[in-house]
Amino acid sequence: MTTASRPFVPHAVGTAMPRPEGPQKVRGTARYTVETPGSDALYLFPVQAGVARGRVTAIDTSAAEALEGVVAVLTHENAPRLAREADADHGVLQSSTIHQHGQYLAAVLATSSESAREAASLVSVEVVEEPHAAVLDEDSPDLYTPEALVVGVTDDTRGDPEAALAASAVTLRRTYRTPMEHHQPLEPHATVACWEDGRLVVHDATQAVSWTRQALAAAFGLDESDVDVVAQHVGGGFGSKGGTHPNTMLTALAAQAVPGRSVRYALTRQQMFDLVGYRPATVQHVALGADREGRLTAITHDVVDQGSKIGEFVEPAAAFSRGMYAAETRRTTHRVVPLDIGVPTFMRAPGEAPGSFAGECAMDELAIELGIDPIELRLRNEPEVDPESGLPYSSRNLVACLRRGAERFGWADRDPAPRARLVDGWWHGTGVGSASFPVPRFPGSEATIRATGTGDTAGYTVEIAASDIGQGARAALTAIAADALDVGVERIDLRIGDTAFGPAGPAGGSAGTTSWGATIVEAADRFRDKYGDHPEDGDEADAHTPDNPWAGEYSMHAFGAHFVEVAVHADTGEIRVPRMLGVFAAGRIVNPLTARSQFLGGMTWGLSAALHEESVLDDRFGHVVNRDFAGYHVATNADVGTLDVEWLDEDDPYVNPMGTKGIGEIGIVGVAAAIANAAYHATGVRVRSLPITLDAFL
Amino acid sequence: MKPFAYERPHDAAGAVATVTADPDAAFLAGGTNLVDHLKLGLAAPSTLVDVTGLTSTEITDLPEGGLRIGAGVRNADFAADERVRARYPALAHALLAGASGQLRNMATTGGNLLQRTRCVYFQDLTTPCNKREPGSGCSALDGWARHHAVLGATHEPADVACVATHPSDMAVALVALEAQVRVLGRDGERAIPLTDLHRLPGDDPTRDTTLAHGELITAVDLPASPIAAHSTYRKVRDRASYAFALVSVAAALAVDDGGTITDARVALGGVAHVPWRATAAESALVGAPATDDTYRAAARAELVDARPVESPRGGTAFKLPLVTATLAAALRGLAENSAQEAR
Repeated sequence: MTTASRPFVPHAVGTAMPRPEGPQKVRGTARYTVETPGSDALYLFPVQAGVARGRVTAIDTSAAEALEGVVAVLTHENAPRLAREADADHGVLQSSTIHQHGQYLAAVLATSSESAREAASLVSVEVVEEPHAAVLDEDSPDLYTPEALVVGVTDDTRGDPEAALAASAVTLRRTYRTPMEHHQPLEPHATVACWEDGRLVVHDATQAVSWTRQALAAAFGLDESDVDVVAQHVGGGFGSKGGTHPNTMLTALAAQAVPGRSVRYALTRQQMFDLVGYRPATVQHVALGADREGRLTAITHDVVDQGSKIGEFVEPAAAFSRGMYAAETRRTTHRVVPLDIGVPTFMRAPGEAPGSFAGECAMDELAIELGIDPIELRLRNEPEVDPESGLPYSSRNLVACLRRGAERFGWADRDPAPRARLVDGWWHGTGVGSASFPVPRFPGSEATIRATGTGDTAGYTVEIAASDIGQGARAALTAIAADALDVGVERIDLRIGDTAFGPAGPAGGSAGTTSWGATIVEAADRFRDKYGDHPEDGDEADAHTPDNPWAGEYSMHAFGAHFVEVAVHADTGEIRVPRMLGVFAAGRIVNPLTARSQFLGGMTWGLSAALHEESVLDDRFGHVVNRDFAGYHVATNADVGTLDVEWLDEDDPYVNPMGTKGIGEIGIVGVAAAIANAAYHATGVRVRSLPITLDAFL
Repeated sequence: MKPFAYERPHDAAGAVATVTADPDAAFLAGGTNLVDHLKLGLAAPSTLVDVTGLTSTEITDLPEGGLRIGAGVRNADFAADERVRARYPALAHALLAGASGQLRNMATTGGNLLQRTRCVYFQDLTTPCNKREPGSGCSALDGWARHHAVLGATHEPADVACVATHPSDMAVALVALEAQVRVLGRDGERAIPLTDLHRLPGDDPTRDTTLAHGELITAVDLPASPIAAHSTYRKVRDRASYAFALVSVAAALAVDDGGTITDARVALGGVAHVPWRATAAESALVGAPATDDTYRAAARAELVDARPVESPRGGTAFKLPLVTATLAAALRGLAENSAQEAR
C-alpha cells in the first residue's frame, strides 16, 4: 500500500483545456483504426449465419475464390486453429456449429473492399437449422442464477423484506421493463492486423489496448510480449469496445493465413447489431414498503435479464437499489434467461441505467401513493452509511444535488396534480430522478515519466497505455501529469493508446481518469523523490497503479439528480423534453470543458433511452431487425431542448490523490425515470416499459 | 455488391433508350435510396444510367398559374422556392419534414417519388419477403410492423401478402395537391395523375409503381389551386426529426364565414403502400361545420375499410386513433388560420 508523498495541488486540473488532439480531429487528420496504413493491405469481408442455431454442412467457396482480387476465403474447414479451446464467441471459424444469427461462417480476403464484399456474397453455405430460443420469458425452464455479478454478489437479502412488506402501512409492487439496446458508436468496430515473424501487431478500435492484447495472446497462444495493440483515436465505445469481440479475433485469424500482409476489417452498421455486444433487456420487479411518513421499511428489486447461451454478462440492474436509500429490510436478486443470441456486454452505466429506471420510477409512484413530494420522500430515506457495505461514505451529496436542482428548476412551485397543465395543445409535467455511480479503481496500469532536456525548460514524456475514446483522456491526463510534476501543461508530452507503454486498465467503469491518474501521480512522486526538481535528460521513473488505502474504510460513490420537463401532445401523444437539468456531486472536475460534454452526453443518452432506443429482436429469426440508424432511433438535436448541467464543489480526500470520482456514466443514470415520472405528471399515464412512445398516450 | 456499368447518356431520350433495352439497368439520380439498396444487396443492376442533368433542375410557372417542377430539382431547393412556400405550404412543410438536410441536398423530385416502400424485412436478405423474393411470405404480418399499413394492404394469400408503406413525405403533399407526373418513355411523353403513379400491392407486391421499365419521370406539374395556399403538412413520428412518418396528413381547407367547410383536400402518409388520397374524408368534410366532431367523423369515414396489422411483435392498431388525432390536429390548425385571416 502506497500513498502519494506529496500533496496534489491542482493548477491545470480544474481549468478548461481543449483536447490537444482536437485540431487534428476537426481537420480529419487524426487517424482512426481503419485508416492505419499497412503493408500489402488486404480487405476482409465476412459471410454470416442467416439462422440462429444449427450446423454448417457444406461451404462452397469456389465462385468467391475465382473472383479477381480474392486472395483467400477462410472457413472453419481451412482457417488456422486457435491455440486453445476458445469459447464459442471468440472461437471464430473453429467449428461448424452455429450458435447465433450473424455468426461469422467465412471470411474473404481481397485486394479491395468491393471485391471482398462481392466475393462474400458468392460463398454458398448449406446449413441444417435447429430450433432456437430468443424470447425473454421469465418462466423459461432455462432461467438460472448466475454465480456473481461483475462487481458484487448475485443476490443479497437483509432482514425479512416480505414480512416487512406485509406489515407496511403502504406497499407498492410494480414491474418495469427495459429493452435490448445497442451502443452504436459512430466509429464502427475496426481492426487492422498483421503477423510478422510470429509476432502479431494489431490496430484496434478498443477502449483497452491491454485487454485486447490479453485476449489475443490467450487465443493464439502467444506471450503478451509478442502482441502489440495500438489505438490512438477511438470514435466512441460506450462499453462495446471494452471487451474483445469476434471481429477482432476474425481479423487476427485471417491475417495469420497471410503472414506479412495487413488485413483490415471495419464492420458495417448492420453488423454492429450482431457481434459486438449490447445491453440486455430486463424485467424488473420492484416492491417498496413504507410507513405513512414515507420511511422505507422494505425494498425488493428482483431482476430477470436477457442472456446468451454462449457467454455470460449479467446486467446488474438490482445493484442500484442496494445503496440508494435507507430501509430496514432489503432484497436484490438477478436471474438470467440464456438465449441463442450474441453475448451482451457493458453499456454505459451497466446496471445503474436500467436499474435506476425501475428504482426511481418506483420512488415516484410511492411518493404519489403517500401524497409526499418525490424529493421530500428521497430526503426522508437518506442513509447514514452505505446500506450495502455498512461503511461511511467518503462523500455523499445526493441531498445537496436534489436541493440545488430543485432551487434552479423551480420545483417549489410544482403542483403535484397530474394532467393539469395544458399549454397550446401540449400537456406539461415535471419529474425528478436520482443518480449514483460507484468510484472503482482498476489495478494494473503502469506509467513511465522521463525527462527530456534539463533545467527549467525540461520536458516530461509521460507514457501510459490509456485510451482516448473521445472522452478527453489526453487533456485530462496531461493536466494531471502537469500538476503531479508541478509544471505547466506545455511541458508534458503524453503518450497513450499503445501496449508498448505497458499494461493499463480500460477506458471504462468511469474509472479511467481515477486509475490512470493515480498511476501517473504515483510515478510523478517517485520521479521527484528520485531526481528532485532538476532532473537530467533521460531520467526516468515508473509506477504501477497504487491501491487505495481507504478502499476498505469508506464507500465511494458519485451522486446526481435529474430534473426534466416533458410535454405530451394532447392529440397525437408525441413526447418532447423541452428542459433538462442535471446536478452532480462527482468529486473534483478535472477538465470543465470535456466534463460538461460527458454530462450532457450522458443526459442526452438518458433521453434517448427513455424515448427512442430499442433493438427489436425478432424471436422468429433470432436477430435484431431494425438494424440501421433509420430503424434504431437515437435522439436527434431536435429532440433535445434546453440542457443544463451543474456540478457541486466536492472535496473528497479519500477517492484518489486528485479527488476525482469519474463522470463517464453517471449522466445517464436516473434520466429515463425522471422523464417517465414527468410524463406521468403531464398526462396521468404511467409508462413502465421503455422506450416510452406516443401510442401510450393515445 | 455486384459490379455494374455506369453510363451518362447525352439526353433523357438516350437514358430511356438505354434502360429500356436492358431489363437489369436502372436510373440513378440522387442515389439516396438506390445506393443504400446496392450496399444491402437488395438491388443488383447491370448498369446504372445517371440522369443527373438530363431532366430539368428548374421550377417554372405554368400558363394557368401552376408550377412545373423539373425531376432533377433537389428537395432542398424545392422546399426553399418562394412560390412553393407561398402557394403550396403543405408541400414545403412536407419536404422539410423528410430525411435530413444532407439527404435533401441530394434527393431529387423524381427520385423521391420512386423510393421503394420501406419494411425492415424487405431490407434484410435473411428473412422472407414477397416483395424481394416473390412467394416467400411476408415477415411483417407477424413481425415488427410499427411502420406498416392500415389501408390497402394485402394480408392474404400468404404468398403475395405485403403491408409495407411508402416512405415519401413529399408525395403525400403532392397527392393532396392533385399533382400530375410527366413521364418519358420510348414512345414519347405522357402525363398521369400522381394518384396513378404508385400502386397498392394487390397480388404483385414486387411493383411499387405503374411505370413501365425504362420510363423516366421528367417533371411534376402542380395545378393552380386557391385552396392550396391554405394547406399544411402534419407529420407524426417516433422522434422529432429524421424519422419516417408513423402517420402524416397533408390537408387543405376552405371554410366560409359561417364556419362551414366548402372545400377540402386530404392525403395520408405512413398508412399504405401508396401516398393515400383520402377522398372519403374529403367528402365527409365538405358541407360540414369546421369542428373536431367533423374532423373525427371524416377520419372514421376514411378508415371504414382499414385493417391494421395485428402482430404480436408490434402491429399498427395504434395508427387508427393516431390517424384520427393527426387529421383533427391538422384540420383544426387550418380552420383556426382561416378564421384569423377572415378577421
